[in-house]
Amino acid sequence: MKVGILALQGDVAEHARVLEELGASAVLVTSIEDLAGLDGLVLPGGESTTISMLLGTSGLAGALSALLAEGMPAFGTCAGMILLAREVIGGRPDQVCFGAIDIVVRRNAFGRQVESFERDLRVEKLGADPFRAVFIRAPVVVQVGEGVEVMAEVEMKADGGAQGAGPPDREAQGLPGPSGGDRGEDLLRRPVLCRPVLCRQGPVMVSAFHPELAGDLRLHDMFLSELCGRERLDCERLD
Amino acid sequence: MESDLEKAGSGTKRSVDASPAQGRVGDTGSPGPLTAGRHVTVLASTKASRGSAGGSEGGSSGERLSGASARGLTGTARVKRGLAEMLRGGVIMDVVDAEQAKIAEDAGAVAVMALERVPADIRRDGGVARMSDPALIEAIQEAVTIPVMAKARIGHFVEAQVLEALGVDYIDESEVLTPADDQFHIEKWSFTAPFVCGATNLGEALRRISEGAALIRSKGEAGTGNVVEAVRHLRAILSELDALARAEPALYKGAAEKFRVPEELVSEVAEAGRLPVPLFCAGGLATPADAALVMQLGAEAVFVGSGIFKSSDPGRRARAIVEATAHPDEPAILAKVSKGLGEAMRGTEIANLDVKLAERGW
Repeated sequence: MKVGILALQGDVAEHARVLEELGASAVLVTSIEDLAGLDGLVLPGGESTTISMLLGTSGLAGALSALLAEGMPAFGTCAGMILLAREVIGGRPDQVCFGAIDIVVRRNAFGRQVESFERDLRVEKLGADPFRAVFIRAPVVVQVGEGVEVMAEVEMKADGGAQGAGPPDREAQGLPGPSGGDRGEDLLRRPVLCRPVLCRQGPVMVSAFHPELAGDLRLHDMFLSELCGRERLDCERLD
Repeated sequence: MESDLEKAGSGTKRSVDASPAQGRVGDTGSPGPLTAGRHVTVLASTKASRGSAGGSEGGSSGERLSGASARGLTGTARVKRGLAEMLRGGVIMDVVDAEQAKIAEDAGAVAVMALERVPADIRRDGGVARMSDPALIEAIQEAVTIPVMAKARIGHFVEAQVLEALGVDYIDESEVLTPADDQFHIEKWSFTAPFVCGATNLGEALRRISEGAALIRSKGEAGTGNVVEAVRHLRAILSELDALARAEPALYKGAAEKFRVPEELVSEVAEAGRLPVPLFCAGGLATPADAALVMQLGAEAVFVGSGIFKSSDPGRRARAIVEATAHPDEPAILAKVSKGLGEAMRGTEIANLDVKLAERGW
């Protein structure tokens, strides 16, 4: 199985490592010629404004747009999610939006790098074992269209910047629930919103976090088996 | 559009809320709870490099709290190095005001470095070069949506504290500024903000990593427009890495003593055959071909300082360097983007320099 990785800028090597680990051959895509014969495409993390510009100068914007419209399976992480979305808030007006998945995303939704974080995320589809999610100046999904499946969410306070109140499965982990416990009155009064960070629609899958950084192969395996049509591996966590 | 989310994304600064109970420290294999405002997260890949952090310099832990916010763990090695991974294949540009920052962003920079003077002017003006005015850094943060880096003097952990409080995305503990401490670099593990440090050889790179640097760049010779030193440093680091990767494990102890770092870090690097953090190139790059040269040699991204805004057409040159860095091994693209860029910065012979910035730090 040949899976392309958009390799104009970003953490291409990490995705390549995970794909190879899962037995796929990773093709680094920097020009239109590299797109021939791919079974799927990964859009990595990076700086979405930079990748957008380079999509234009390399001619890949048009070619990719056509392939995605034909139903090419795609997996976008962080900047990749921004590129695949229907609309971006907080981006540049000339930023590329492929509209391959019916979501609206907000760039840098959690703030600057000092606010970047990692945490466990419950993804029902992956079973009881949590997924370690690394959020780097991450975007978040603020609107989903019909037919978009939300596979994981984080909680964000409605009025307090982007501070979350913990994972949805807090009780299961023996932590105080979002509506009680030791977080102080402050938080109790604030409504807590769940925001999607892992979504799927047809052949396209997106995450606001970086599954390629955490040594957990399960989401890439899901992409290869459920979206690109490869047999599922019995995949163990690398770490 | 949901208005609540508009607010959520407004990026207002706030203090980091340390709450060990919610940080679930155990998840990353950290050996114990957060202590006295100091947080050292130990990931599998960083165990080795942590050992020397305590010994080098303790002054920076202070009262600042880092580590756990309500939503998860901040400032872990994985989160700090993660941003560097995202900058790969990109160009980080020195800018001195909001207008230049916009030009850099428009040209496709992955990040900007906020400075009061570019290195060429620091050389020309002389005097003590310090951290930039916070007002200037804030103006640049307001102007762009890409990450903003800023420089602190070597060993000046208070300048670093100030930069962290400003929400700077990466702190460059830089030899371009006048060093503040002739014995110790900043102890970087206890900060939530990540650090980049310069290095001229593998030992220097490993010492900075063991102090907590999450990104290494070659020093090169900043402000000269002359790429020769950057090439020298990059080749030195990569060839020493290669030699270490081929060395017998029995030699690790000696290497650790020579490099003055823990043996675990040496064996981790030797077994992986690469640094545990990304390796970028900086110092004297002035043309698209310079950027492609160091990328082909093995750099993972480039910093361009004086080379852009000391040239005759900064916007155009910046964009050309971005394209060259993205396509370093495609000569046809390099030829196309290098056409008609106007004058590059004039540049200096290294032998004629009074001060060699690369000799600062150790």
